[in-house]
Amino acid sequence: MVPLSWYLIVAAALFCLGLYGVLARRNSVAILMGIELMLNAVNLNLVAFWRYLEPARMSGQVFAVMVFAVAAAEAAVGLALIISLYRLRRTVVADEADLLRG
Amino acid sequence: MTIPQVIFVVIAAVVLVSAVRVVASRNIVHAALWLILSLFGVAALFAVLEAGFMAVVQVVIYVGAIATLIIFAIMLTRREMREGGLQTHRWWPLPALLAMALFAGLAWLLGSLPGTGATPPALAGDDSVLLLGQALLSPEHYVLPFEVASVLLLAALVGAIVIAGDSRK
Amino acid sequence: MVNLGDFFYTLGMWLQGLLMRAGLSESAARGVFSALVAALLPLLALLTAVPLIWLERKWIARLQDRMGPNRVGPFGLFQVFADMIKIFTKEDITPLGADRIVFALAPVLAVAGVVGLWAVIPFAANAFGVDLNVGVLYLVAVGTLSTLAIMLAGWSANNKYALLGAYRTVAQMISYEVPLVLSLLVPVLLSGSLGLNGIVAAQREVWFVFSAPLAALLFLISSQAEVSRAPFDLLEAESEIVAGFNIEYSGMKFGFFFVGEFLHSFTMGLLGATLFLGGWTGPGVDAYPALGAVYLILKGTFVYFIFVWARATFPRIRIDQMLDFNWKLLTPLGLFLIPLLAVVNRGLSESSLWLRNAALLGANVFLAALVLIILGTRGRSARMRAASAAGPAASRR
Repeated sequence: MVPLSWYLIVAAALFCLGLYGVLARRNSVAILMGIELMLNAVNLNLVAFWRYLEPARMSGQVFAVMVFAVAAAEAAVGLALIISLYRLRRTVVADEADLLRG
Repeated sequence: MTIPQVIFVVIAAVVLVSAVRVVASRNIVHAALWLILSLFGVAALFAVLEAGFMAVVQVVIYVGAIATLIIFAIMLTRREMREGGLQTHRWWPLPALLAMALFAGLAWLLGSLPGTGATPPALAGDDSVLLLGQALLSPEHYVLPFEVASVLLLAALVGAIVIAGDSRK
Repeated sequence: MVNLGDFFYTLGMWLQGLLMRAGLSESAARGVFSALVAALLPLLALLTAVPLIWLERKWIARLQDRMGPNRVGPFGLFQVFADMIKIFTKEDITPLGADRIVFALAPVLAVAGVVGLWAVIPFAANAFGVDLNVGVLYLVAVGTLSTLAIMLAGWSANNKYALLGAYRTVAQMISYEVPLVLSLLVPVLLSGSLGLNGIVAAQREVWFVFSAPLAALLFLISSQAEVSRAPFDLLEAESEIVAGFNIEYSGMKFGFFFVGEFLHSFTMGLLGATLFLGGWTGPGVDAYPALGAVYLILKGTFVYFIFVWARATFPRIRIDQMLDFNWKLLTPLGLFLIPLLAVVNRGLSESSLWLRNAALLGANVFLAALVLIILGTRGRSARMRAASAAGPAASRR
């Protein structure tokens, strides 16, 4: 059977890839995609732990459902902000939204 | 390698290769499509973990809603149909190094944790959807986080409409 | 002893026995059999499209007081094959500057989003692709593939009008997913199971269309809007000047979209029959389970006839009217219907079957009457406002 550590390592790899996406990309939507990858890695971790440690209690799945809800809310508001920024400044490059810079 | 292990390796390969294409693709619409493939792969992993409800909800929420929203946002924020130009910062080796170091550390840590090589305990025969519903709605379990999450979603709904709405009206 | 009454089960068991005798272990034989069913179901789905297109064209023609295809073959039966040959032989053009891979992928996803629905539909008591315990959610999930396909089709064509058409079509589809999912929740509520087999089994005594006709109506309307079929087909109708997201598609790729749309409509008919009309239940299914498949096809074709009837009867709805209708009528209706039915169902869960179903029916009728009264008063006040705005002379007439 598949050991738990395999799932955890895949989740860690996904998380690190998402982190790279957030830090290295210029386009705001690409940054948001990196965030979605990180949230997916977290969900994978949660569900793997639920299955392997205590499948009788539903806490793992409930936690994952909460992460779904938060991810959806954050994606909606984030993309609304990006669209609004594009309307004002005609750019989605994160570096160019620097009006408040001192 | 047993058959479940082969299946896991194949699905995990799909997830990770797609994730690499997401963060490394020059064309951002292609990046969104690779993201969709990666999300499908994670849903398949949920199904392998016998969390069927999670798998289907993952497809409905992430692929059906969030990925569609991302594609819409990409298309509404492009100045032209074709995309060119630099997609990553000039100093991209630094985040790459950081991510790889983090992954190495995590992999070593997770590999050496006790109790992570075990085979999973058997699932109870009960319907997990029923149990999940009861856990989400019963007062001694998680009804309060559930209600708070609903309020959060409502706030996000209203907020997104207000922020992205047409301010010229 | 061959029990031909349970045809599909017997066939399946015989095939697996054959595989096991050929040397495979039991799980390997089951795996190969599952792969066989997985290959067969899409084939069955796509083959259904052939008589379906002929049937629809004949029905629409008769509803419009004309004959329909009657040249190619007796009663025009080979018309579909003629159309297929025509589409196969058309030139397959990929526009300059289009994204080739995505352009080719979109029609495939469109058909996949339809054929995937057939995996969970129970055709008889023992004839189904897979008995998912989250079947209803799986239906919603596979439906999102169609939405994705249209978005990709519109973008990859490198054509502003295709993109705009795709935006509007996807906006319509995701808007109407809300009342669709709400109406799907009602059979789940009444049967206590998210799996389609459980929903069909719970309709043995009373079909859900009699317990919750308003939910059935909601499903009928929103499923047709979801599929972009008349009267909701403003964005891709043949008589509209720009054909929407599939403007750059030609040849077999366009054929995929075309077949996918027809098949999606029929699949929604099958789903309506499964969720509200009792699926494979009917007289005699306990003795001869294979009869269930016949019943399901008949019921599905009946619901499909209602769709064709609506297509031939109603005028097309404008997109702003469509979205108003969705967000201001259908979604609040669904949102009020579910708690009402939940309370009635729970409150009378101890009573007899007939009392509970009568109460559910009464709740539906009450809600429908309420909606009609509200619409009536709003309509009257709007008319009076318009009349008084036109001037005192006009309102005195």
